[in-house]
This record gives sequence, structure tokens and C-alpha cells, in this order.
Amino acid sequence: MNVENTQGQPETVAPAIELRGISKAFGPVQANKDISIRVMPGTIHGIIGENGAGKSTLMSILYGFYKADAGTILINGQETQIPDSQAAIAAGIGMVFQHFKLVENFSVLENVVLGAEEGEMLRPSLAKARKLLKELADEYELHVDPDKLVEDLGVGMQQRVEILKALYRQADILILDEPTGVLTPAEADHLFRILEGLRAQGKTIILITHKLREIMEITDTVSVMRRGEMTATVKTKDTNVEELAELMVGRKVLLRVDKKPATPGDTVLEVKDLRMVDDHGVERLKGIDLHVKAGEILGIAGVSGNGQSELLKVLGGFANGTGEIRINDDPIDLTGKHSDGRSRRERGISHVPEDRQHLGLIMDFTAWENLAFGYHHAPEYQKNKLLMDNAGMIETAQGEMDRFDVRPPNPMLSAKNFSGGNQQKIVLAREIERNPDLLLVGQPTRGVDIGAIEFIHQRIIDLRDQGKAILLVSVELEEILSMSDRIAVMFDGHIMGERLPAETDEKELGLLMAGVTDTKGAA
Amino acid sequence: MEKMPRWADVALIPILNLIIAFALSALVILAIGEDPVAAVKMMVTGALGSTYGWGYTLYYTTNFIFTGLAVSIAFQAAMFNIGGEGQAAMGGLGVALVCLYIPFPHWALALVFAMAGGALFGAFWAAIPAYLQAKRGSHIVITTIMFNFIAASLLNYLLVNVLRPQGSMDPASARFPEPTRLPTFQDMFSTAENVMFRGTPANVTFFIALLACVGVYFLMWRSRLGYEIRAFGKNPAASIYAGISPFKLTMIAMLISGGLSGMMSINNTMGESERLIMNSVEGAGFIGIAVALMGRNHPFGVLLAAFLFGFLYQGGGELALWTKIPRELITVIQAFVIMFTGALDNMVRMPVERMFIRAAKRREG
Repeated sequence: MNVENTQGQPETVAPAIELRGISKAFGPVQANKDISIRVMPGTIHGIIGENGAGKSTLMSILYGFYKADAGTILINGQETQIPDSQAAIAAGIGMVFQHFKLVENFSVLENVVLGAEEGEMLRPSLAKARKLLKELADEYELHVDPDKLVEDLGVGMQQRVEILKALYRQADILILDEPTGVLTPAEADHLFRILEGLRAQGKTIILITHKLREIMEITDTVSVMRRGEMTATVKTKDTNVEELAELMVGRKVLLRVDKKPATPGDTVLEVKDLRMVDDHGVERLKGIDLHVKAGEILGIAGVSGNGQSELLKVLGGFANGTGEIRINDDPIDLTGKHSDGRSRRERGISHVPEDRQHLGLIMDFTAWENLAFGYHHAPEYQKNKLLMDNAGMIETAQGEMDRFDVRPPNPMLSAKNFSGGNQQKIVLAREIERNPDLLLVGQPTRGVDIGAIEFIHQRIIDLRDQGKAILLVSVELEEILSMSDRIAVMFDGHIMGERLPAETDEKELGLLMAGVTDTKGAA
Repeated sequence: MEKMPRWADVALIPILNLIIAFALSALVILAIGEDPVAAVKMMVTGALGSTYGWGYTLYYTTNFIFTGLAVSIAFQAAMFNIGGEGQAAMGGLGVALVCLYIPFPHWALALVFAMAGGALFGAFWAAIPAYLQAKRGSHIVITTIMFNFIAASLLNYLLVNVLRPQGSMDPASARFPEPTRLPTFQDMFSTAENVMFRGTPANVTFFIALLACVGVYFLMWRSRLGYEIRAFGKNPAASIYAGISPFKLTMIAMLISGGLSGMMSINNTMGESERLIMNSVEGAGFIGIAVALMGRNHPFGVLLAAFLFGFLYQGGGELALWTKIPRELITVIQAFVIMFTGALDNMVRMPVERMFIRAAKRREG
């Protein structure tokens, strides 16, 4: 059988995996739209896209966690139903999750065998696994001490155990979901060597990532996803970082933002050599320097997962960091007793968090309770020493909801009963009405309808024109370009560079976002 | 419309749960050859038919109000305090020490100090599991259960070896001095010609319990602390964003919870037995869990649920006394109520909710 593939080369083997017209919706959100992809055997196929582009959903369908609304899956040319993960394993698919699924107090060997034991007695299975593990270790540089407890292993080692688990189940197709997210660069390099070894043995690998460097380094073919759609599939050697960045970020009609030129005043926020290590021991901020002046918007661009969230957390007071942060030339406490959300608010820092449903709001609280959240110590909310002024709070909330056009303007309604845009307006109203010196804003328009986007943008610009400092973090490049007075690009916990919106474009920013500093030469 | 109206949530569902529980109980009574209708009559007259019945019903209700409120506050902070039993037992120790070793001129003063003593000891007994949870991540359910056993053993030791008066064969403390005796309902409501609540244990603590309901209401729904407790319970991540310390909140919520459990002992230890005895709590700490579940963690709901369980306790006791229905069966009936109002709540809730949503959809066309 000779079929022409998309690259126009003759093809004699069936794709290891072929998806045809896969669609999946969660309620009103279309996570995957008519996705078709062919992954050839013995190749490493990268899938890139920003967070929320639908990569994980697609892989979950392939692994039997979700059922697609439409479309078919072909494994080695055979149409295959994958109702659950057992079926996926039977079809030769192995998955290495971003968050490992290991039993911490089991040994490596026990973890590998778990769920694939043969017979009633454990001992023969373990002996067989031990032998196989040794073979695999020699073949693919997958050395792990089989008798060590998983909880005693580092992250990189645990990931190897996950790979071994898949190989033990005779997986021919290996899916890795953001495998380098938790790894050090050296561990990541080792992982890539393992993957190359697997490819040489004829295994098929799907690598999900949002890091362009990895794609260029290791994949044969790359598919780009954006907003639930597969926007392109190209040979890695025929493309470059710029093109991929553009495909990934995409272009859409620039939203018009009416704003006068900024008139920056004194420096409000100054950050020097800010570092932060997360709970897993991974350094997320690697020496950030930046400043924001009164009356200007500093936009932080970057592919999500490069430290922007952590920057907001440290600035907002709910993660510890080291280094120096000054507000109006006064240092603020980064690790001590006064390093929490409340002290930050008292220093004039307001914060519209990236994840409003998880952090910004309490979904079961009413709108008026949410509109005081974080500021509930404020004197105007207290009736006397013991009680809060509920009636007054409801009245204040009513005013704020009217001014911010929250619909329906009913303070007694629970937050969960508002639409995404109106929830965001509630958070924005709460933070802006406090008249802060500095406003931290993360992803202000994520999941927000067009009408509300304009309104939200206008409110942020108005605040700037009142002479407030604004730090805007967004993964939407056009939002950064249209809102910011200066743009800083973050990559891998560093600030890669600063640009003025008038003197840059999406292409250059995209390169910086991919970790390329020499934008003049490349562009 | 995503959910059912509030009245259905707070009234209809508990009532449906109760009907199912009672229907099943009736079947069990039928099965052993007794008459369920007569049994219900007996329970109602026994618990509510005389001031004597009321005197016991309200005594039990008082116990359950305290433990129910205690569980409900911990629930609001997303913690399952199963240690009401041990905290109330330790509260009894606190009350006993205050009553035995401080000379009081008047019961009212004694009451104030005994409340403080009971609350303090109960809170202390909740503080250790709370600290372990907040700092070390030891699960509060496990630790509070274990602390129930430790409390029982500790009291056992103290009553046998320390507090038992010399020469007494009974593992109990000495009788509290006369000025600490709390006025019972009999003292308060009887007239010269008409003795009411004769010999029943209901006492002035009942009114303290009512005040506690009001207090908890203001604490949870009107004060800043209650706002923080509820926020923390519903979304701990957002609470940290807002600057609420998880450690502080866990400690405070559990201290209040333990304190309320401990205050129960002014009713049973100071008001009823007037000395510290073994196993004085008699399971009220566990009933508190059912009371809080059924009362939807709201003080008013807790009050109603506590009264229901008080009725079941007293009515059930009467049933065992006057019919051939064995005492064990009373436990079965109580278990049905706990099971359907607490553990199996969703069994009724889900279909009723679906029904309401379907009806709402039909109305919308």
C-alpha cells in the first residue's frame, strides 16, 4: 500500500497512531476541535501549545481517560476503541504523566510490577521484572536501583520509573506529558538521551511540551495546537523557533485599547535579584530585576510556566522568596512574619490573581462576601470591635458592582453563579476600589468574553492614568502589546529582556519567550 | 437554575430522611412482633407527654447542642472533629477540679468558673490534634479518635487513683460541695402546690446552651473570625492569597470546637451527677457529629437536631422501660436516623435535586 502523507513522501508503513477528527467539549468549552494527526512509528513527535491549548485533553482521550465526542483513533492502521486506560495499555500505549503516579513507599520493582502481576504469587513476577529491568537499564541507560523506595528517589529517577513501568507493559508508543517541567537541565538532557535510545529501538514517542528548545532539539515532527485546534504539523528540520513561536501564539485581530501615552512618575515597585524555590526544590525565579513606575503598565510576557505565576505569588505575599522588593523605596518582608497577603495589601499592593476561581474568589461565598475578601480587616467593614458590618458591606458591594457593571448586580448571589467575565469584574472591583499604589494583574482576560475584555482593559488603563503602577502578566501577546508601556519577557525564571511596545513585534517577543536573546541576529 | 431552593435543602431533605429512617424502624419493630404505632405513642408521651419527660429530653438536648455546635464549627473550617467525646470528658475533669478545689459562695459564680474550666480543658484536648494537623499534617480524624481513648484512660486512672475519696469503692470523685449545685428545672419552675420536672436532670445549663447557639451564630456569620473560618474551610488556597494563616485558623477553630465540647460537662457533671464519674459523656460526643450533619452546621439547625436526638434518647429509654422492645432496638432506631440524616444524605438529596432541576427546566420551556 502506497499512500501519500502530508509531507508528500511515499509511505509504506501505517502510522503508529492516527487520530481522525477528534472533538471534545467540556460544557461550553471546546477543548479539542476536529483534530487529526498522524504519528509515524519510530519517530519522536512533539506536540506544542500553550497551557489550555488542549494538548492534555487530546492525550487523555488517547489514553482512555476521556471519551471523544467525535472522531476515530487508529493504532497501527487498525481502528481501535479506547474506553479506558487498560485498553490503551493493551494497545501498546504507555503514558508518563506530569505528576507521577507512583506508590511512594513501594520499591521501584514493586511499582513497576504493580497492576501487571502474573499469577497468584508475587515472587515470580518480581523475579521476572528484576531481570527485565536490568535488560532495559542496559539497553536505554535507564539505570535505577530496583530495591530503592520511590520516596527516596529524586524527581528525575522517579520519572525513569514511570518510563520503566510503561516499557514493562510492553508499550510501543510512549506519551510524555511535560516531562522536563520538574527536571534540572542535566536531568532533561539525560532524559533526551533515553528517548533517543528508545527511538533507535523502534519505539514511537509523543512529547508534549510548551518549550520550543526541546522540540527543536529532539523531535522529528512537530504539531502545534492553539485554542483546541491543531494549527500545523511540520517536519522539525523544516521549521525554526520563530515560526513555531508564531504558530503557537497565533495572530488574531488586535483588540483596540484607547490609551494616552504614559506619564511615568517615581518608581513604585523595585525588584532586585529576586529568587524563589518551589516545594519540589526547583528554582522558579532565578534572579529577577525589574521596576514599575507610577502611571505605567509593565507587561510581563512569556509562555506560561516560566516563572510568571511564581513572581506574582512572591510579590503578592503568598510564597517566600529571597532578594529585595521595595515599595516606594521601602523594603518589604519576603520571608518573615509580615510576608503574607494581608501585609502586602496594607502596603498598597492589590492583586488580581491569575486563577480567579481557585485563588481570587470563594465560589460558595456571596458576591458581597467576596468583595471584602482579603480586605475584611478594613475599618470600614467593622460594625464594632466584635462584629462585622454586614449590612454596610452589602451596600458597599452593591455600589462596586454597579460601578464595575457586574451582571446580575445582585450582591446576595454566590460567586459560582456569575459568568467568568463577571467573576473577574468582581475581583477587579475589589482590588481596584482599594485604590492601591501597585496593582498586580495576572491573566486579566483569561476565559472572559469580548465585551468584558474591553471593559477590564479600560479599567486597568484608567487606574494607570490615576498615577498607579501596574504589573501585568499575560500569556496573550496581543494583550501585552496593546496594554503595556514597557514589556519584559520572562523565560525559565529569568527576565530575557525589556522592549518598548512601539519598537518590537510579536516575532521578536516570541523569540525572547523561547529563550533566544540574540533577536537582532535571528530576526 | 443549578440547584434546588433553599427551603428544600434545609427542611424538605431532613424531613424526608427522617421519614425513611422512621419507616425502616417501624418495619423492624413489626418484625419483632410489636406494634409500631403504639411504640411511637409511647415514645412521644414518654419524652414530651409530661414535664418529667421534658426534663430528661431537654437534659439530653443540652448535651447534644454543645457537642453539635463543636462539630459544626470544626466542619466549617473543613475539619472533622471526632474527638468531642474525649474533649467533653476532659472538660468534665476541668469542671470537677474547679468545683472540688475552689470554694464558691454562690452557684452563679461557680457556673462561670466551671464553664471556663470545662472549656479550657476541652480546648486543650483539641489543641494537640489541631497542632499536629496544622504543623505536621497528621490527620485530625485519626488523632482526635485516638485522643478519645487517651482521655478515657487518663480519667480512668485519675478517678481510681487520685480523685477517688479514701474508703470509697466507687471510681468517682467526691461529691461537689453544696454551693456549686446548679438550679434544676424543678427548682426553677415548681410552685408550692405544683411540682414540675420532678427529679429530672434538666438544669440551668440548657439556657447556657441556647446562648451558645446565639453566640456561635454571631461568631460564624457576623464576626471577622467566623468569616475567616468559613473562607478557610471553603477554599484554603484563596485564604492564603487573602493573608489568612492556615495554622492560626486551624488552631482557633479547633480550640473553639474543643471548648464547646468541654462546656458540655457543666450539664452532665456539674448539673446532673454533681461529681465526676466514669464514662460521664455516654456517647454525646459522637451524637454531636450526627447533630451537626443534620443541622447543616447552622446553630439553629443544630438546636433542632439536638432536640430530635434528645427526644429519641428519652423516648427510646421509655420504650425500653415499658415495652418488650429491647434497649438494643432503640440504638437501631437512633442508628437509622444517624445513617439517613448523616451518612446517606446524598441518597435522598440527589434524586430530589434532579427533580427540582427538571421541574425548573420544564417551567423555562
